[in-house]
Amino acid sequence: MFLIACPHCGPRAQSEFAYDRTLDAVVPLTAGPDAAMTALYTRANPRGWSDEVWHHRFGCRQWLVLRRHTVTHVIDTVRQWP
Amino acid sequence: MAVTGPSRAACEPTIGFTFDGRALRARPGDTLAAALLANGVGLIGRSFKLHRPRGVMTAGVEEPNALVTVGTGGRTEPNTRATDIFVYDGLVARSQNRWPSLALDAGAILGLAAPVFAAGFYYKTFFGPPARWLWYERFIRRAAGLGPAPATADPEVYEHRAAFADVLIVGSGPAGLAAATAAAHSGERILLVEQDAVLGGTLLSDGGDRATIDSTRAAILAAGGRILMRTTASGLWDHGFVTCVQRLAEPGQAAGLSQRLWQVRAKRIVLATGAIERPLTFANNDLPGVMTARAVRTYARRWGVLAGQRVVIATNNDDAYRTADAVVAAGGEVVAILDSRDDPAILDSRDDPAIRDSRDDPAIARGYGRFRVCRGAVPVSAFGAGGRLRSVDFRIGGATETLAADCLAVSGGFTPVVHLHSHGGGKLDWREDIQAFVPGATLQNITTVGSAAGEVDAVAPATASLRHPKSSFIDFQNDVTAADVDLAWAEGYRSVEHLKRYTTLGMGTDQGKTSNMAALARLAGAGATTIPLAGLTTFRPPFTPLTLAALAGLDAGGHAAPTRRLALADRHAALAPIWQPLGLWHRPRAHPRTGETLHDAALREALSVRSAAGIVDVSTLAKFMISGPDAAALLAIVCATVVKLAMGRGRYTFMLREDGMVLDDGTVWRLADDRYLLTSSTGGAERMTAHLSYAHRVLAADLHVSAVAVQEALAGIALAGPDAAAILERLTGAAVPAHMGVGSGVIAGVAVTILAASYSGERAFELYASGDAAEPVWDALLAAGATPYGIEALEFLRIAKGHIVVGGEADGRTTALDLGLARMLRKDGGFIGASALSRPALADADRLQLVGLTSPTMIPEGSMLVEIDGDPVAGHVTAAAPLVPGDGYIALALLRGGRARHGHHLTATSPTRGQSAQVVVTQPLFYDPEGIRYRD
Repeated sequence: MFLIACPHCGPRAQSEFAYDRTLDAVVPLTAGPDAAMTALYTRANPRGWSDEVWHHRFGCRQWLVLRRHTVTHVIDTVRQWP
Repeated sequence: MAVTGPSRAACEPTIGFTFDGRALRARPGDTLAAALLANGVGLIGRSFKLHRPRGVMTAGVEEPNALVTVGTGGRTEPNTRATDIFVYDGLVARSQNRWPSLALDAGAILGLAAPVFAAGFYYKTFFGPPARWLWYERFIRRAAGLGPAPATADPEVYEHRAAFADVLIVGSGPAGLAAATAAAHSGERILLVEQDAVLGGTLLSDGGDRATIDSTRAAILAAGGRILMRTTASGLWDHGFVTCVQRLAEPGQAAGLSQRLWQVRAKRIVLATGAIERPLTFANNDLPGVMTARAVRTYARRWGVLAGQRVVIATNNDDAYRTADAVVAAGGEVVAILDSRDDPAILDSRDDPAIRDSRDDPAIARGYGRFRVCRGAVPVSAFGAGGRLRSVDFRIGGATETLAADCLAVSGGFTPVVHLHSHGGGKLDWREDIQAFVPGATLQNITTVGSAAGEVDAVAPATASLRHPKSSFIDFQNDVTAADVDLAWAEGYRSVEHLKRYTTLGMGTDQGKTSNMAALARLAGAGATTIPLAGLTTFRPPFTPLTLAALAGLDAGGHAAPTRRLALADRHAALAPIWQPLGLWHRPRAHPRTGETLHDAALREALSVRSAAGIVDVSTLAKFMISGPDAAALLAIVCATVVKLAMGRGRYTFMLREDGMVLDDGTVWRLADDRYLLTSSTGGAERMTAHLSYAHRVLAADLHVSAVAVQEALAGIALAGPDAAAILERLTGAAVPAHMGVGSGVIAGVAVTILAASYSGERAFELYASGDAAEPVWDALLAAGATPYGIEALEFLRIAKGHIVVGGEADGRTTALDLGLARMLRKDGGFIGASALSRPALADADRLQLVGLTSPTMIPEGSMLVEIDGDPVAGHVTAAAPLVPGDGYIALALLRGGRARHGHHLTATSPTRGQSAQVVVTQPLFYDPEGIRYRD
């Protein structure tokens, strides 16, 4: 279980958080059909550093951006969205 | 067979236990294995497939053979390692996999199993006709097995706890104690876990200084640390997270609180997990009496139990020589030491005249003190009778010789316990000198120390060929022989992972702790490759078996999930309804009167709504208070319909996922200038909370709005039926709002918000009151003559009106167009999911579309729709009901190109339930199609 350093709450267990999506899968409201489909269905799926959107659902309920290594699970930074 | 050593005589056998019904006695601190050996019980079980007699092989958790069932009733624990349970007074232990008795086993006598159970036998049974396989299957299930699981519930309590530490130290042998001492001096908060019942590890069998153990314990405690005994670090996960299982009671013991699962987070982890001795591979190496050398030494030194009077030691390393000392000290005889090495340096290291005198005889040196040491000698075969070892054949030079012995202590070297290191993503390095993998690079703050890091004696790898590979066991627990490994190789299994699946090698409760390296060596030999190239199977948690109860903890039975209690739960209970679990809620399904079935009651309740008035608890609906100057803007992002509302008005709405599928539906109401109430489905409440938060915080963070979930703050009662308006007017003394209007009033002294929405198709009102004050409102409505109805009747009513349900018709694969809601979509877009709707595939005329079905007979819910039997499936029934009022049955369904098929005749069939109905496709609206009844 990851230990995630929430910028508001400090280091907390992964079970308090919900993974939402990778950062590049966020579909802005202004996105056209092509941009939206690309964001939703084209996955970079990196073997390495990945920026991800997480929700501190059972904590401060803020939306966070994690920079996580998908092989080592090292979490480099956790910042408040955006 | 066994004798009582000097340390044993001083201790009274005060503990009574039974093995296969035989009353025996043990001394405090005995493991079951030690106690059985002390009582002369050498035969402990029958092997998994071949029913061969098996005894104790090790003195630790790696034990493959001595598996027993302990305890009675719900406390029964099968497959308990006799080496990993400390005897308590009243312990009941039984042998496994034998019939009719351990000594007289039919499977073994008939020798039925051996030819059937070659490598891959199970897969080979798949060839040929299925009937034959079914016959095999029955035979295999009966013949092969471990202990059966208990059939009754375990009365013991299991719990979870969390712990945090600067350093977690796993293992309290010499390396673990040294690490603990150093950590205590540097002021770290220590958590030390030890799976044994006493600290010390190998110090207990190799002569340690008692004072070291005591001073380390004191240092840990003085530094504010904690020591957990009988606690196994079971799995190592990410970011220093380790799960540990603490045994507060022994298996099968009545204790109240039995086990505790610790969830440990540590800044750094020290693994002092030791090493596991490998057996040697030769014919009949599985006989009771063949044990690892360190196990023989441990039983002698720690428990004063000699595993045999005449002991032969077979080794390829120096460590086993210490066992010779231990055997003699305990009063046994060392018949010979068979050393596979031609010139073991240990024999020169002692300045012993006996060694010098024997130099003229190169084969047999009377060295290591006074023992007969046979250089370059390897065991070829063991022989036994009556489940006991009688003699050992060994090869020396070109000759084979025989030694009489009742115990054969073998050592094939030591395998570091790298499991936890590997769980954590650590790499392994191969060490040729010890013929084993040792921890390499690690991704986490983990250090491995002592013999777990490879600080073990060097070995001479086996080079001689096996004479009898079919009876030379590699995996004892799974009865995998050297011949099985060879067969798997010959049949094309190259990967070690495939070898594991094909032969079952390394499976079972011991997960190949004693067998992995021997298997790899055999595989590497067969393929003329090397062990590091052959590779290892992946180590996965748990390190040793753990009970599901420990994983569940207190979250079991009625506590498996929390129960969400309706504000009106007591009022419902008073009516003794049939309850229906819905998510975490329990809602009344129907309220049968005497003699009524569920269906009868639901029909009556639905009819009373159609003909008079009914009330139903709708408190579980998701409800959000959306407030602020940008409240309407947020709703416009989330809702796919028009949400522009005049003050005091509401409308039906639905939300889309980003891919354009319908996410949820509900109603939205403008309560004040900048305040809206949004309702959505019960089951989607959590998801909608996150969705609203995402829309607001991520997609439109600049909006000035707050979205507060008020699901449980507001209790809701729907009052529906032709009499509903009259009842409400009488109770509030005021005019009721028009359809889709908002009103307010006071009922029985309680302030209520009135929303004139209809789900049933009748004139209806949703009344919302503060959850803690809602009961008088319910009572007043009941007293006014409204009939309480449950969700079964609610289903009948909504199906007739073609209202969709999230999860039923809106199943995550249907669009607004599919569900017949397209005309409500906001044309200007700007809502979540809008940009996905232009995808051409979503306009395909052959998509599943919502239709209605009618039939003179009951339509099976969930059944598939076909033109004629045998055709491809054209759709499925999502919900079915009787038509109320009226005759016949109706259903909602998703049907390929359904809107173009109105009037078609189809078959709704459920082969699994053996039900079918002839149906006619219609529009999904069966009652009051003009919508006259619900309007004011």
